[in-house]
Amino acid sequence: MALYSEKVMDHFRNPRNVGVIEDANGIGEVGNAKCGDIMKMYLKIEDDIIQDVKFETFGCGSAIASSSMATELIKGKPVSEAMQLTNKAVAEALDGLPAYKMHCSVLAEEAIQSALEDYHKRTGK
Amino acid sequence: MIYADNAATTKMSPAAIHTMTTLLEEAWGNPSSLYEHGQKAKEVLEQARADVAGVIGAEPREIIFTSGGSEADNQAIRSAAALGKKNGKMHIISTAFEHHAVLHTLEALKKEGFEITLLDVHSDGLVVPEEVEAAIREDTCLVTIMFANNEIGTIQPIREIGAICRRKGVLFHTDAVQAIGHIPVDVKADNIDMLSSSAHKFHGPKGVGFLYVRKGIKVSNLIEGGAQEGGKRAGTENVAGIAAMATALKEINAKMEENAEHLIKMRDKLICGLYEIPHAALNGDACQRLPGNVNFCFEGIEGESLLLLLDDKGIQASSGSACTSGSLDPSHVLLAIGRVHDVAHGSLRLTIGEDITEEQVDYIIQSVKDVVRYLRSFSPVWRDLCAGKSKFIL
Repeated sequence: MALYSEKVMDHFRNPRNVGVIEDANGIGEVGNAKCGDIMKMYLKIEDDIIQDVKFETFGCGSAIASSSMATELIKGKPVSEAMQLTNKAVAEALDGLPAYKMHCSVLAEEAIQSALEDYHKRTGK
Repeated sequence: MIYADNAATTKMSPAAIHTMTTLLEEAWGNPSSLYEHGQKAKEVLEQARADVAGVIGAEPREIIFTSGGSEADNQAIRSAAALGKKNGKMHIISTAFEHHAVLHTLEALKKEGFEITLLDVHSDGLVVPEEVEAAIREDTCLVTIMFANNEIGTIQPIREIGAICRRKGVLFHTDAVQAIGHIPVDVKADNIDMLSSSAHKFHGPKGVGFLYVRKGIKVSNLIEGGAQEGGKRAGTENVAGIAAMATALKEINAKMEENAEHLIKMRDKLICGLYEIPHAALNGDACQRLPGNVNFCFEGIEGESLLLLLDDKGIQASSGSACTSGSLDPSHVLLAIGRVHDVAHGSLRLTIGEDITEEQVDYIIQSVKDVVRYLRSFSPVWRDLCAGKSKFIL
């Protein structure tokens, strides 16, 4: 049996929404290099809708796949819906993660929430 | 496919497979039985013992067959500790970058009241003999230092360390799992009292190894039972596996010089090629190193994703990153040579085999370059480094 599901490998090999949004209005970064995982999320929100989202990740295969899947799950969605994103939803959408890799999905959730917080802080909403 | 993880395990040689399968059919008797079938198995076993002993300059009766390197390490260290305890000597010297079979045994002994000194292996991954000498005390019962490191491949000054221990009257054990069959080992010339080895690291089968114990040193049992192995290791012998180990060892030993010459050439080509990657560094001394071992750290990337992408390109390697070990900490070996966590996560170990070609080395270099560049392209750590927000370490 392979370490990761086909879904994880697909998102790892072909990550969606990779990169930077220069005029992002919500940016969040979580994790640290000491532990081996850092995720940075960039959001472009207009009319309470996540028009665009991009990420940069330093981390293992499941960290990259979790970042990619998290961006897919919130892209085009209202902010209120994105705020409900859980690590469980990320892991499920990836057809599961090995138990000791679940923290990667937690990190993805935290990165999104951190970027949304930044957006709220900037806009005073 | 390019298999570059020979420090993890090696492919069995056809000759060793032939020995094993033939003996499974022809020498299936119990070596302890007195009838012909048993005696034939006994003959095979004793021939293997003589062959293995011959390769490392030991006498046949100084060889105890075990289930592998870990068991041999456990038994050697436990034996020396038992002898030490009897004489009121409860201090053991080792290094911070030993295999866990050694480190975890030492940790267990610590709980039993032993004092453990772990020597510094410095940034080059080499133990300094004078520091071994300085660490030896009146109550030191054992010095255990690996012959060559399994991750970074550095070869320790075993002969000098052995001479110091002999002079000071302290037992000296070495975990030679990565060395046997790859570099010259002579237990007499190298002043070794006990040595551990494992067959699957030199194209033999898994689940077989041996412990060399210089005659006159009392060994304690880990496994109690019958009188096999001179009463030092109970359990009906794995005759076919042991004989296959001897076949593999004789075979690789006969080609050691030729293999080393080729591997060192390929290794150094790999090292030069990978150094073309910016902010990368070799782990461990470049010269005092196993012929097939290359271990690099690349700043700004993580090792597991590197391995997965190399696997996609048909290259099988390993890493000391936390993500590949299932723990939160990166390799204790890389930390022991002073690599900080951030950098240690981005490590790659390539341990090439004797049949590697120059074209394959070129392909590995190009593939690693491509994958590192790709992973850096979306690494926030790399972005911060390039933007000057954090400082490059390598």
